[in-house]
Amino acid sequence: MPASFPTTVEYIRILPETILIIFGTLLMFLEGLAGEAHRRNTARIALVALVAAFAATIYAGMMPGPAFSDFLIVDKFATFFRMLVIVVGVLSVFTSSAYLIRENADSGEFYALVLFSISGQSLLATANELIMLFIGLEISSIATYILAGYLRDDKRNNESAIKYFLLGSFATAFLLYGVAMIYGAAGSTNLNEIRRVLVDPDAVTSPWMVGAAAALMFVGFAFKVSAAPFQSWTPDVYQGAPAPVTAFMSTGPKAAAFAVFLRVFSTAFSGMNESWEPIVWISALATMIIGNFAALTQSNIKRMLAYSSIAHAGYVMVAITAQSDVGVSAAMFYLAAYAFMNIGAFAIITHFARKGEQYVLVDDLAGLGLRQPATAALFSIFLLSLIGVPLTAGFFGKFYIFKAALDSKLVWLSVLGLLNSAVAAYYYLRIIVVMYFHEPSEAANSAIPPTPGIQFVLWGSAAATIILGVFPSLLLDFANQATVLASR
Amino acid sequence: MTLLDVLIALPALGFLGVLFVPASSRDNIKHVALVLSLVIFVASLGLIGPTLAAGSARTFETDLPWIDTPAIRYHIGLDGLSLWLIILSTLLTPLCVLVSWKYIDHRVKEFYAFLLLLECGVIGVFAALDLFLFYVFWEVTLVPMYFLIGIWGHDRRIYATVKFFLYTMAGSVLMLVAIIWLYTKTGTFDYTVIQSLIAAGRVPMTALEQTLMFFAFFVAFAVKVPLWPLHTWLPDAHVEAPTAGSVMLASVLLKMGTYGIVRFCLPLFGNAAYQWRDWIAGLAIIGIIVGALVAMVQPNMKKLVAYSSVSHLGFVVLGVFSFTQQGLDGAVYQMLNHGVSTGALFMLVGFLYERRHSLEISSYGGVATVAPQLTTIFMITTLASIGLPLLNNFVGEFLVLQGVALHNFRWAVFAALGVILSACYMLWMFQRAFLGETPEEVEHHVHDINKRELAAILPLVVLMVWMGIATQMFLRPIGAANALILEQSKVGIEYQVKQGSSRQVAEVRHAR
Repeated sequence: MPASFPTTVEYIRILPETILIIFGTLLMFLEGLAGEAHRRNTARIALVALVAAFAATIYAGMMPGPAFSDFLIVDKFATFFRMLVIVVGVLSVFTSSAYLIRENADSGEFYALVLFSISGQSLLATANELIMLFIGLEISSIATYILAGYLRDDKRNNESAIKYFLLGSFATAFLLYGVAMIYGAAGSTNLNEIRRVLVDPDAVTSPWMVGAAAALMFVGFAFKVSAAPFQSWTPDVYQGAPAPVTAFMSTGPKAAAFAVFLRVFSTAFSGMNESWEPIVWISALATMIIGNFAALTQSNIKRMLAYSSIAHAGYVMVAITAQSDVGVSAAMFYLAAYAFMNIGAFAIITHFARKGEQYVLVDDLAGLGLRQPATAALFSIFLLSLIGVPLTAGFFGKFYIFKAALDSKLVWLSVLGLLNSAVAAYYYLRIIVVMYFHEPSEAANSAIPPTPGIQFVLWGSAAATIILGVFPSLLLDFANQATVLASR
Repeated sequence: MTLLDVLIALPALGFLGVLFVPASSRDNIKHVALVLSLVIFVASLGLIGPTLAAGSARTFETDLPWIDTPAIRYHIGLDGLSLWLIILSTLLTPLCVLVSWKYIDHRVKEFYAFLLLLECGVIGVFAALDLFLFYVFWEVTLVPMYFLIGIWGHDRRIYATVKFFLYTMAGSVLMLVAIIWLYTKTGTFDYTVIQSLIAAGRVPMTALEQTLMFFAFFVAFAVKVPLWPLHTWLPDAHVEAPTAGSVMLASVLLKMGTYGIVRFCLPLFGNAAYQWRDWIAGLAIIGIIVGALVAMVQPNMKKLVAYSSVSHLGFVVLGVFSFTQQGLDGAVYQMLNHGVSTGALFMLVGFLYERRHSLEISSYGGVATVAPQLTTIFMITTLASIGLPLLNNFVGEFLVLQGVALHNFRWAVFAALGVILSACYMLWMFQRAFLGETPEEVEHHVHDINKRELAAILPLVVLMVWMGIATQMFLRPIGAANALILEQSKVGIEYQVKQGSSRQVAEVRHAR
C-alpha cells in the first residue's frame, strides 16, 4: 500500500473522536488548574463537547468513506452508532451531575472519563480494522472500568470495578488472541481484506485456525455484550457501580460492542455464516432464558435491571442470528430503543436511591405512584417499554427483531424468545405493582422531586420511547439504509 | 375521517384530557367522563343505519399508511359482526361510570382515565382490519384493565391482576409470531388482503403450518374467552376487580376472544379450524358443564357469576365450531346477550356489595322484603341469564343448540345440559340471597336501589327484553356478516351438512 498523507476529509471523518479527546484532556487540565468555583462548570463543558461531537458526526456523515489507509470507515452504520453513543453520553452527563453533587464527588475527572469512554465507543463504531477495533475497545473499556469504581471509598464500587476490570481484561485477551490468529490465517487485519481471503477457498491454508479465531473473537464480544455463557460478571458489576454509571455501561459500551460484533461478523466472517449460526442461536436463547429467569427473583432493582439487560442482549443476539440486513437494522433499532428506556429507568433509580444509594430495593418504591405520580408514570412507561407493550419503542424493537428472525425461518427461536418476553413481563410488572398497589414506604414518603437534570433525562427518554413507539419509521428508515455495510 | 375514527379518537382524547384535570376536582372528572362516554355512545348509534343498509359489505372504512417498512396500515372498518360489539362497549362505558360514581373514592382521576383508555382499546379491537393494528389494540386493552383490577380491586387484587396480565400476554405473543409469520408469507398485515390471498390459494401453507398458525391465534383467543382449561385467571380477576372492572371484563373483554375466533381463525384457517372442531367443541362442552357445576357450589356471588361466564362462553365457542349459519348467528348473538345479562349481574352484585360489604351468598337472605325493586331487577336478569323465552339469552342459546344439533346431535344434548344447570345455580342463588328470612344486617344495610343505580341498570334490562323480542333487527347484520365468514371458512372444506339438514335450514330461515 503506497504511503500517503491523510487528506483533510480524512481528518473530518475522525473529527468527533478528536473533539471528545481534546475536551476530555481539557477537563483533566481544568481539574488541576481551575479553582473550586470553576469545577461546577465541568458538566457544562462536557455537554458542549458532546454537542460539538454530535454536530461533527453529522458533518462527517455527510462525507462518508474510509480514512487513514482504510483503518476507519465512516458509513451510515458508523454514523448511527456514533450518534447513539453520544446521545447516551448526553443523557448520562445529566444523570451523573445530579448524582455526583449529591455524593460530594463532583469533579472534572468523571466527565473526562465519560468523554474518553465515548470516544472509544465512537471509534469502535467506525473501526474497519482489527487493531483499530482493539484500540477503540480498550479506550472505551478502561475509562468505563474506572467509572465503575468511581466512588473509591465505596466498597461496592470497588468490587464492581475490580470484577469488571479482571474479567474484562481476560475477555479482551481472548479477543486479541483471535485477532492474532486471524492475522495469521488471512494475512491482514483489515475486515474487507479478511473477508476477501476467507471467501476464497484456495486462499485459506488452515480452516481450523480461522474457526478458532472466530470462536475466540466471539468470546470477546459475547463478554462485552454480556451474552451467555459469558454474562456472569454483569449482575455484580451493574449492581455495584454507581447507578448513573450502570445506566451508561448497559447502553453505550454495549451498543458499541454490538456495533463491532455486527460489523465483524457480517463483513470479515460473512463467508462462514452457516457454521457460526448454531453457536449464536444457542447463545441467544441461553442469554434470554438466563437473563429473564434470574431476574424473576431479584429484590434489588439494579440487579434486576442487570439481569434484564442480559435478557435484552439476548433479544439483540436473536437479530444477529437472523444474519440479514433486516436483522442488522432491527438490532440497531433495538439498541437505540433500549438505550432510552434503560437510561430513563436508571435515572429514576439514581434519583430515588438518595445519598449512598440507600433505597435500591424493589420494595422501597412502594407507593411512589401516590407520592410522586409523574415520576411513577414515567417509570411505568419505561417498564412497559421494557416489557414490549405496543405504542412504546420496546415493542417495535422486539417486533422488528422477531420479524427478522422469522424472515430467516428461525421459527422456534422466535417462539421461545417471545415466550421469554412474556416471562419478563412478570418482573417488570412487579415494580409497577409495588409503585401503585402498595402502601407508601418510608422511602417513598421522604422522596424529593427530581432535580431539573433528572427531569430532563426522564421526559426526554419518555418522549423518545413513545415517539419511537408510534412512529418507528423515523429511526428505522435510517437504520435500514445503514445496514448496507460498505464492503457488502 | 369517518365516524368510526372519531369513536376511537374520542376516548383516547378523553384519556389524555382527564389526565390533565387536577386530581382535586373529583366531581368535574366524573362529570367529564360521564358526558364524554354518553356522547360517544350516542355517536356510536350513528353506525347502525349505514351498516344495516350495507348488508355484508364493510362500512366506515379508513385505510391510511402508518409505518412504511414493514407495511403497517391504520385500516379499520365495520360489518355486522363488529357493529353491535362496538355499541355494547360504548353503552357499557357510561353505565360503568355511573356504577363507579360512589364506589370509587380514591384516585378518581386515574380510574376514569383508564376506563376511557379501555374503551378506546376495545373499539379499536373490534374495528381493526390490519392484523398488526389489531394486535396493538389488543395489547393496549391489557394495561388499563391491569390497573383497574390492581388499584381498585379487593384483597387479592395483585395476584389476580398479575395472573390476568401474564395469561393474556403469554397467549398473545404466540399470536404475534403467527401474525409476523403471515406477513413473511404474504407481505402484508392487511386482514382483507391476506384473507383474499388465502382464499385464492396464493399463500403456500402446508397442512401442518396451517394447523400451527391456527393454534397460535386460537390459543391467544381461547385464553381471553376463556375456554376450559385456560380459564383459571377469570374467577380471580372477576372476584378481585371493582364492579366496573368486572362489568367491562365480562361484557366486553371476553368478547374480544370469541370475536377474534370468528373474525380471524375461521376465515384465515378454515381448514384447520374445521379439522379440529371436535376437539375444540369437546373443550367447549367440558367448559359448559364444568363451569356450571363449579358455579353451583360457589359460596361467593361474584365467583358464581364468573364461572357462569365460563359456561356461557362455552356455548359461544360451541356455536362457532358447529360451522352452521344458525350456530354462528347464535354464538354472536350470545356474545351480546352475555354482555348484557352478565354485565347486569355484576352490576347488581356490586350494588349488594356496596350495601352489605360482602360477596358471600350466606351473608344475605330475604333481600326481597327490604329491597323489592332491586329484587325485581335481579329476578329479570336471572331469568334472562338462564334463557327464559322472550328474553335475550333464549334466542342465542336456541340458535346455538339448533346449529349444533344440525352438525352433531350429541353435542347438542350435552350443551342443553348446561342450560338446565344454569337454571339450577342461578335460581338457587336467587333463592338463598333474596328469599327467606331477613337477617338483621341485611335489614339495616340493604336499602332499595337508588336513581343513579337505576339509571345504570335500566338500559340493560330494557335490552334484555328488547333483544328477546326484536331479535330480527339485531340478527340481520350479524347473519349477513356470518354468512360471508362461513363462505370464507369453507375454503377447501367439504361441507358436511347433509341433505335433510339443509332442508331444515331452509325451514328455519323461512321461519325467522
